[in-house]
Amino acid sequence: MSADLRRATATQLRAGYRSGEFTSVEVVETLLAAIAREDAALGAWLHLRGDEVRREAAAADVTYAATRTAGAAALNALPPLLGVPVALKDLVNMIGTPTTAGSKILEGYISPYDATIAAKLKAAGALILGKTNMDEFAMGSSTEFSAYRRTVNPWDRERVPGGSSGGSASAVAALHAPLSIGSDTGGSIRQPASLTGITGMKPTYGRVSRYGIVAFASSLDQIGPFARSAQDAALLLHTIAGSDPRDATSSATPVDAALLKLPQGDQAASALKGKRFALPKEYFVAGMEPGVEAAVRAAVAALQSAGAVIDEVSLPTTEHALATYYIVAPAEASANLARYDGIRYGASKHGGGDLLDGYLATRGRGFGPEVRRRIMLGTYALSAGFYDAYYLKAQKVRTLIARDFDRIWAAGYDAIVAPASPSVAWKFGAKMSDPVAMYLADACTIPTNMAGLPGLSTPCGLSEGLPVGLQLIGAPWSEAGLLSIAAGYEALSANAPWRDQDPTDLAALGGAA
Amino acid sequence: MSWEAVIGIEIHVQLRTATKMFCPCAIPAEGDAPNTRTCPTCLGLPGALPVPNRTAIERVLAVGAAIGAKSPATTRWDRKNYFYPDLPKGYQISQLDLPLAEHGSIPVTTSAGAGSVRIRRAHLEEDTARLRHEKGADGTRASLIDYNRSGVALLEIVTEPDIRDGETARRYAEELRLLLRTIGAADAEMENGQMRVEANISLRPSSDAPFGLRVEVKNMNSFRSVERAIAYEMARQAEVLDAGGTITQETRGWDEGSETTYTMRAKEDSHDYRYFPEPDLPPLDIDPAWLAAIVAGLPELPGTRRARYVSELGLTDYDASVLVAEPRAAALFEAARAAQKELDAKLLANWVSGEYLRVAKEGAADPDPVQFAALVAAVASKEINGTTAKALFAEMITTPLSIREVIASRGLGQISDTGALESIIADVIAANPQAIADWKAGKQQAVSFLVGQAMKASKGRGDAALLGDLIRAALDR
Repeated sequence: MSADLRRATATQLRAGYRSGEFTSVEVVETLLAAIAREDAALGAWLHLRGDEVRREAAAADVTYAATRTAGAAALNALPPLLGVPVALKDLVNMIGTPTTAGSKILEGYISPYDATIAAKLKAAGALILGKTNMDEFAMGSSTEFSAYRRTVNPWDRERVPGGSSGGSASAVAALHAPLSIGSDTGGSIRQPASLTGITGMKPTYGRVSRYGIVAFASSLDQIGPFARSAQDAALLLHTIAGSDPRDATSSATPVDAALLKLPQGDQAASALKGKRFALPKEYFVAGMEPGVEAAVRAAVAALQSAGAVIDEVSLPTTEHALATYYIVAPAEASANLARYDGIRYGASKHGGGDLLDGYLATRGRGFGPEVRRRIMLGTYALSAGFYDAYYLKAQKVRTLIARDFDRIWAAGYDAIVAPASPSVAWKFGAKMSDPVAMYLADACTIPTNMAGLPGLSTPCGLSEGLPVGLQLIGAPWSEAGLLSIAAGYEALSANAPWRDQDPTDLAALGGAA
Repeated sequence: MSWEAVIGIEIHVQLRTATKMFCPCAIPAEGDAPNTRTCPTCLGLPGALPVPNRTAIERVLAVGAAIGAKSPATTRWDRKNYFYPDLPKGYQISQLDLPLAEHGSIPVTTSAGAGSVRIRRAHLEEDTARLRHEKGADGTRASLIDYNRSGVALLEIVTEPDIRDGETARRYAEELRLLLRTIGAADAEMENGQMRVEANISLRPSSDAPFGLRVEVKNMNSFRSVERAIAYEMARQAEVLDAGGTITQETRGWDEGSETTYTMRAKEDSHDYRYFPEPDLPPLDIDPAWLAAIVAGLPELPGTRRARYVSELGLTDYDASVLVAEPRAAALFEAARAAQKELDAKLLANWVSGEYLRVAKEGAADPDPVQFAALVAAVASKEINGTTAKALFAEMITTPLSIREVIASRGLGQISDTGALESIIADVIAANPQAIADWKAGKQQAVSFLVGQAMKASKGRGDAALLGDLIRAALDR
């Protein structure tokens, strides 16, 4: 029973709560027990709301029990995620909980307000299980830059979960939560989803409010869902999406109701017939692991067998995306992180010498090496005399990258299919001494952020026993379409042996368990 | 030798808005406890975002229209990066190369005659917090920060270096303040820090010589100090140059007590603010229809109004200036004229700039313009005398009343009936033999005394001029 509750999707949990098959308290206790047993080894969590969640689950169960007697219509009117546990990446502010963004500079900081998505999740009845580990300020691709702890990949304890949303990805992959929230500035949802074998989506820029999300790079950051199915990801996205009067960059485009009516099974598979997919040759970069390429091409072949049309296309600006990203993102970050000055909150080293000494000590000791590196990069790129050559030029290239994608949509393609990561999960430390090698891990995901487009990673097999993700990239606001395609691919591959396989090291995480 | 001063003025004005520039916090009021008008956005908490205040944008567009400036089809916001404890985000949201208004001018009349000052640009930005440096009872020093003002909407308006003397600078600042108050963009109370004037001053030997090294002067807390600080700084620089010295590029403060400027800080190598477009705010399209509606909503501007009062209503330049200088006074004048179209404009202007402005400066409420017009009309027709009128005016600003009804019901009509006044005069003369003796001894002021006594006996309703004539005639008899 408890093993099944761990594996249950959010959709299955909702159904079970409504029918009375099991309770939210049982689910929460199962997950908390697994976390207690395994997280010392997994390292996914930075903060748990154990006692609060137990109380909230009990309250949800009372509501379900009371409503069940009132009939199906009343049950349907309940908040969509009532009693469903969700994990938050530790850059989502939630009133009364610590928010560290994985940084020592925010050690001990307790959020005095709710991010818009935290408020939306609460209103939807979700139980916020806790906050998950991440690369400091979302800067990294392995979660190794967390100032707090190492998060391992449940498929191999010697390997990284990807990043920066590694905690949220590993928590869902290791069956510690059915759903989690991540943020994706250059691939930080899709790449860890790929490396841990789950579904992760970065929505269109402006689809989900950024109010209350600790900023990395404002023009690139988007919040999105992790889940173990496309249907669950769509359910979570529907809950958090929408325009927000507190985020001037959020879009007024209505949230697509199709997110709640994703085709399933045969229906989803047959909907692939006649779909047109573009396969960009530039995404099969030099250095891509053969096993990854093989898994992605096999998935593409499966789509083709299901009646989809695949055309190889060219996105010639792809090779410039990484370089321009490493101008734009650090430039914005250098300003966004200026507020961590030790004056109002967080760790402070003021008081010894003069004001400058206080700044230098606070920021020099509070920020880790990767954050310091990017602040320096960004400060340099914005400096007088360099602005035109770097920042301004990068913005122009960004426009060209967006135009490359526009041509694909103008040609009538439903989506781009590509790898989400050039490699499977790597061993700890393998890229820590070489920043550029680490940056290249996001080569397949960064162009999407630069163009503001939606993208997802859905599992498409294993290479050397480790998960590989198929990336789907779509036109603006095509989230429901992309998730429908992912649901179709799930149906096509439902009988593949890797589909029902637990992460290899899951059992080992809890020792004897 | 003689030097020509080149002066540019930069003014920061707090815009009149209900809430701050980028968050829903109320504008702090005098007496608010520190850090009570704050939210995640104006405190720069992790994750907080700005949302622009539409009213503030409209105010600046209105200023732009009023000074004949151009506004761009699309504007945007920029981050100005620097570290200081009063700047919670580590950057100020401002506008760099697409200000909301550019290339305007403001007419300025000085003792030298009519002229104008060109405006280079006007843009929106957010205010910083306030720092207070204090010493505790145990002698420890502490810097306290009050974020109530953090994020308040500021208009920054910069002139071209057109100004040559302190008087013009002062008149420009006064005229700008009047314009801002007239169009309702700002209250611009200098003493409350709502309007902060900074002057850049340099000297050059002749008007075709290149600009000299400039000094920035701050801390001028009144129009008078703007004029005096500039005059002082011009003289100081001339003295340095005449002695063969060189001017140090620096920021100087005006010391009100000693009436001198002093070095605040030497100019560091020009600060690199690393401006870049604010990614949290999309560019703002200025819809021509929106701008047109703002222009259509502008009231008559001070310069236009002054000219009209002189040419159409026959007021003197001085009377016109006094009326226009106080938007509330001009508004009362206009409303009273609208209520009584035949009313004598000069008499009305005298009442507005005299009685009304006197009580208005003491903080009194505005009278109802219809009743105010009726009051002045009753004076004009000699229906009531000046004493009665002043008493009624004092009453009407605290209590709503109908002038027509009050004059009738209280029998306040002026007594101009010779018979009635003569019987009063007879009583007054009989009761004041000493005054009669004084008059006979040649003391003319005895007449004034007797008029006063007669006025008292008439309960203030006598026609003062007529009483004087009748008393003199009676004494002559």
